[in-house]
Amino acid sequence: MIVGEQKSIAEIKNIVSPYKKVLILGCGTCVKTCFAGGEDEVAVLASALRLAFKKDGRRIEVEEFTVERQCEDEFVQESAEAIARNESVLSLACGAGVQAIARRYEKTPVLPGVNTTFLGVLEKHGLFTEECSGCGDCQLAVFGAVCPFTRCAKKLLNGPCGGSQEGKCEVDPDTECAWSLIIYRLKLLGQLDNLRAYVPPKNWCASGACGPRKLIREDHVL
Amino acid sequence: MKSNSTGRLEKILTGGGFAVTAECGPPRGADAEVVRKKAEALKGCVDAVNVTDNQTAIVRMSSIAASTHLLAMGLEPVMQMVTRDRNRIALQSDILGAWSLGIRNILCLSGDHQTFGSHPEALNVFDIDSMNLLRMVLEMREDGKDMSGFELKTPPRMFIGAAANPFADPFEYRVIRLAKKIDAGADFIQTQCVYNMDRFRDWIHMAREEGLTEKVHIMAGVTPLKSEGMARYMAKRVAGMDVPEPLIKRMGAVPKSKASEEGVTICLETIAQLREIKGVHGIHIMAIEWEEIVGEIVESAGLLPRPQPES
Repeated sequence: MIVGEQKSIAEIKNIVSPYKKVLILGCGTCVKTCFAGGEDEVAVLASALRLAFKKDGRRIEVEEFTVERQCEDEFVQESAEAIARNESVLSLACGAGVQAIARRYEKTPVLPGVNTTFLGVLEKHGLFTEECSGCGDCQLAVFGAVCPFTRCAKKLLNGPCGGSQEGKCEVDPDTECAWSLIIYRLKLLGQLDNLRAYVPPKNWCASGACGPRKLIREDHVL
Repeated sequence: MKSNSTGRLEKILTGGGFAVTAECGPPRGADAEVVRKKAEALKGCVDAVNVTDNQTAIVRMSSIAASTHLLAMGLEPVMQMVTRDRNRIALQSDILGAWSLGIRNILCLSGDHQTFGSHPEALNVFDIDSMNLLRMVLEMREDGKDMSGFELKTPPRMFIGAAANPFADPFEYRVIRLAKKIDAGADFIQTQCVYNMDRFRDWIHMAREEGLTEKVHIMAGVTPLKSEGMARYMAKRVAGMDVPEPLIKRMGAVPKSKASEEGVTICLETIAQLREIKGVHGIHIMAIEWEEIVGEIVESAGLLPRPQPES
């Protein structure tokens, strides 16, 4: 899923402060799952904001609304009336959601309430870990289904580096060395020979170095 | 292992000699005099001098510039180059420039992570890794082409080095990685500092079994310890460093005023043992900010005078 983290109340307060009417718009998919921007988080944030502004002696109207997915126009349209009633929108979606809302309602200021962080996995309750960079050229078959490009701090494709010790990354002793995990997995799979193969330089075009990427599915074009 | 370069290091190693290299870290400033002063201490006692490339991710004078200062003094540089700060375009451009300036040796590294350095908030590049860099320099030399396949009018023909850390984990992979680096283009290897001789022996034994010591010149890294504190710091804080506890205790057992002497003694004992190991073709002395001790170590180790291969 796309993992995000709600911005601090102080930062949110600051970016919504020019407006008297704010719609907090939640998103019911990825950010709901990581507790950053679903219906529940919208309600909690709205209460917190109302309280914070009341404490400052300011009257700001805060409305709440949540759509299924802010990155799909079909769902975005459901928020039309609520958006029309407000001066600005604080979106709790990922960055894609924020931009999709802004695209549909171009005269309304759309503000981000979440820092979109990574494509990750819910490793255990309360812990999300980054596992994928969306690089556009998945080579997990070679690496025992552990991505060195995302999970090695140096993005080494022919790793590990000389700093890997006791299975931990030199950059952060709380992070597993991706290459340690790769070797562990390949051993289990009987594929250690994969390590001997030279992995050529990556073509970064597929990862966005040649500009924003597009995916066209002719079979789905209406 | 042929590079058609005219470097002294290559001549000594390919001629079957025992090579000695040292390290010169460029300054955090723009004064060439600092480089010259450090280099002056190394003159005549080593065959080539590694010039580090923003080591520990701290901004310093560039390795190309500092290498050029060394050349002007008649010292042969081993230009270190890391993939942390430059993409493939910049790396290739700098290699062409380095060759044009007379630099004949390169050590290909990925580089210390930027979080350890002076600019932890910097973007790291890592467009390619050290393995890819080795292959790039090899293909420039052997095929005369850059990475895009473009035929270079005057290709650089570098003598190519790589690093190896016998002390990092997972141990069983270390020799596979060495083999990969040799296949990718390494002519010589400079290892992480050897303090744990047993582990180093195991590693080189495995390398020998795989026939790797016949394919590459392995130079063992040594760093003289200055104090018990330094030994402990390296053991605990420096990633990929293995300083056994008895060695730290030995440094602590002498009075503080004698600690650096003890460090040099340990270093000399290490060198003597390394010279006896089949497959070790040289030593690489990394006397961190202590360049003036290198001459004494090389002399006491009986490695002077350095050979002067015919040009």
